[in-house]
Amino acid sequence: MTEPVALAPVASAKGLTKRFDGLDRPALDDVAITIAPGEMTGLVGPDGAGKTTLIRILAGLIDPDAGEATVGGRPATVQDRNALGYMPQRFGLYEDLTVRENLDLYADLRALPHDERADRFATLLDFTDLDRFQARLAGKLSGGMKQKLGLACALTREPRLLLLDEPGVGVDPVSRRELWAMVSQLAGEGIGILWSTAYLDEAEKCDTVFLLNEGKILASGEPDELTGQMDGRVVRYPVASDRRRVLREALDEDSVIDGMVQGDSIRLLLKDGADAPPASAIDASGEPRQARPRYEDAFVDLLGGGPGGTSALAARYPEVPASDKPAIEAHGLTRRFGDFTAAHDIRFSVGRGQVFGLLGPNGAGKSTTFKMLCGLLTPSEGTGTVNGFDLRTARADARQSLGYMAQKFSLYADLSVRQNLAFFAGAYGLDNSAAREAVESAIETFHLGPYLASDSGLLPLGYKQRLALACAVLHRPPVLFLDEPTSGVDPIVRREFWSHINGLVERGVSVLVTTHFMDEAEYCDEIALIYRGEQIATGSPDHLKEVAGTGDAPMEDAFIALIEQSDARREEMEAA
Amino acid sequence: MIDPASHPRLARFAAMMSKETRQILRDPSTFLIAFLLPVMLLFLMGYGVNLDATSTRVGMAVEDDSGEASSLAGAYASSRYFDVVETGPLQRLRKSLVSDDIRAIIVIPQDFGRDVAAGGGEVRVITDGSLPNTASFVAGQAEGVRATWAAQRASDRGMAADPPIDLLSRFWFNPELASRNFLVPGSIAIVMTMIGSLLTALVVAREWERGTLEALMATPIGMGEFLLTKVIPYFALGIVSMALCTLLAIFVFGVPFRGSVFALFLIASVYLVPALGQGLLISSALKNQFVASQVALLTAFLPTMLLSGFVFEIASMPKPIQALTYIVPARYLIPQIQTVFIAGDDWGLFLPDMAILLAFGAVLFGLCLRFTRRRIA
Repeated sequence: MTEPVALAPVASAKGLTKRFDGLDRPALDDVAITIAPGEMTGLVGPDGAGKTTLIRILAGLIDPDAGEATVGGRPATVQDRNALGYMPQRFGLYEDLTVRENLDLYADLRALPHDERADRFATLLDFTDLDRFQARLAGKLSGGMKQKLGLACALTREPRLLLLDEPGVGVDPVSRRELWAMVSQLAGEGIGILWSTAYLDEAEKCDTVFLLNEGKILASGEPDELTGQMDGRVVRYPVASDRRRVLREALDEDSVIDGMVQGDSIRLLLKDGADAPPASAIDASGEPRQARPRYEDAFVDLLGGGPGGTSALAARYPEVPASDKPAIEAHGLTRRFGDFTAAHDIRFSVGRGQVFGLLGPNGAGKSTTFKMLCGLLTPSEGTGTVNGFDLRTARADARQSLGYMAQKFSLYADLSVRQNLAFFAGAYGLDNSAAREAVESAIETFHLGPYLASDSGLLPLGYKQRLALACAVLHRPPVLFLDEPTSGVDPIVRREFWSHINGLVERGVSVLVTTHFMDEAEYCDEIALIYRGEQIATGSPDHLKEVAGTGDAPMEDAFIALIEQSDARREEMEAA
Repeated sequence: MIDPASHPRLARFAAMMSKETRQILRDPSTFLIAFLLPVMLLFLMGYGVNLDATSTRVGMAVEDDSGEASSLAGAYASSRYFDVVETGPLQRLRKSLVSDDIRAIIVIPQDFGRDVAAGGGEVRVITDGSLPNTASFVAGQAEGVRATWAAQRASDRGMAADPPIDLLSRFWFNPELASRNFLVPGSIAIVMTMIGSLLTALVVAREWERGTLEALMATPIGMGEFLLTKVIPYFALGIVSMALCTLLAIFVFGVPFRGSVFALFLIASVYLVPALGQGLLISSALKNQFVASQVALLTAFLPTMLLSGFVFEIASMPKPIQALTYIVPARYLIPQIQTVFIAGDDWGLFLPDMAILLAFGAVLFGLCLRFTRRRIA
């Protein structure tokens, strides 16, 4: 072949615009994208950015209001569907069919000839490590295995275009890594791949990235190109103690637009052209070193920088009085459902003004532990206390001293913002004048003014999360339980949440939090890693990294190492 | 197995059919609706529902001491419709009525003998108004017994009787057997509606809810093909369930079957066309199992139960309601199915009804195709 190397894209679109009824802004606004063969193209953005809409247009399942999408040289709606691999967010598996039956179905639907089937299935089953589970019902697979089967079904016939809609969502980091490795191998075979994700760290690994926010493409191109623009603007300061307070002070500096805690240091993103503040100005224990910028830094910069370090919520929060009792305690909490042990012998103690993180893959037992400590689920064994109140004997007092933010939006979707606030103020037993005051203060603190009369269910995700937090703290509880508070929101809202959490902790509030973002785990004073119902490791982030033997690498590496160690131990025991 | 290399369309179709069949076989709720429910319904209609009241426990207050009064009291005591468990003054019987020991009080009033001699003579019936059905049955039967007694007395004396014939006819009819003969075949219509409309109302909505349809739509399968693979298994299920009901009707309930098996099969098949069309239309348009099942109950099950002439005679409904029955497909099925069981094949009756049912089916499936586009929004 003497053709030049520039290969024609497998799919492209330009000028795509799509509006949905009931939404005030278009889901997609003049979006252009190209997907080259043999490349991993990332579609990155927070929930509600328009990723799914764009993927569905490329799959020919939604007609855009304007613009056109072309796949394999034909309009997307009449593309050759035998050459399309599509994995929707919910995988599209038939849970009452077995692994093999699902594969057979999709092979027949995509007209994979019988004589090629044995080879292809052998490859796919080996590739996804599902060979042993061929006869298992898809509904009985774990989340990670379902996801691999979903991928295998999308690949029954080698596609030219593979569309993956948030394959990493709801799956633990171990499965995410495995899936990534599988898919990048496919790119090597010349398939054009679109991988959509809300995790910005995944963007860094793509060949080309399209950054989508509120329906618009904010940036496109090689991730390094964008990240490179942040060179020299990211610095790390060693901090001896009280990292959260130092971070808050640093974020209040004019020259700093974003920052996070990382190990025994804080990591700051500087304003373009600004000099790093001297260590003395922010109470750091040493002078700054340059750090490698990340894709997220570029995103935050494009969005105009994160919020300052001072939390308006914390400023109004009463100081939690000192106490000799721990704020939260779990004594051997165990919960069984029939034969299945969802959580086994969970023990930890959280002191006043501490952040305690529960980490673990989906289904590991985090939410079960959470619910036991909230008094929503009675433990099969063990007990817990909240603010000194025993959950067995003083459940009502324990509940009154905690604010709970559930994983899913659990406010009344068809009540307005103000009605929800008023309802929860009443539910927490605030009297009329106190309720009025609390509601007004919540509206100001969380900037809910423009949305007061809107149905809560129709709010943008970031505002839903703000409202949920506002409702959880109306009664100024000394203890906060936050179940994945930042799941799916953009980095700015995440920063805002953590500035509230950090601020509250300084006022003496104790926080129990779960998260999927490993960088957020760094904010915690202590972490318990839960896996298959067992508490496999507990300690400060640095301690866990030490135990895992991953040194200064990001928390995610420590997490994966600890899980792999636990798997190895279990296999040894089973073998013995 | 069909090799997709040579026959891609056929291979797709076979794969979808076998997938659908497996799902039906693995889903216990399908069995519940297709087999257990029909059996329960048939037993309920065959044994539980009785449109006639048999022996009712009553109290009797005889306030007259004439010969006529005691003769009538004897007639009540020996009637097979009444079980006189208590006699005495009205005051005491009233307590028994309130405490539910008796269902009614029959009062033969003072001066009854004198009234009879004067050509009149009425009894009073006191019933519990909170049970309106029982109350009206008892009142009617009490009057019936009195009229029979009066006629008997008149003929004994060689006088021309003046009996209220419309009331008497009730007792010559054997209500128990007759109601079973029309209720049991009628319930086959209910069963086919449940399978055709309620079960299928769930199937497309289920694929929407679980996100499987989204994955299917990204494959080459056509939407018409997809719908067809939904129709055929449920059609088969409907026929199997109908056959089960027919066997039960004949061998357990002793309902006569005077028509031909072919006619019954054809009648059922034709009825399933609009029933399946309605279920699929509901399912494709609503995309939500819960709402779809509610709508299927309201628009398919209830009209079939109430407006098809199955239990309530259409001719005795108010005119506007009668007009409404014309758009209930089961209305055209009930006469056919009752005829094929009780009277035999009557193609003059069957064919026009079948034509109407097929027309309904064509409209419903046409709408269905329009709703099931290969698009998500």
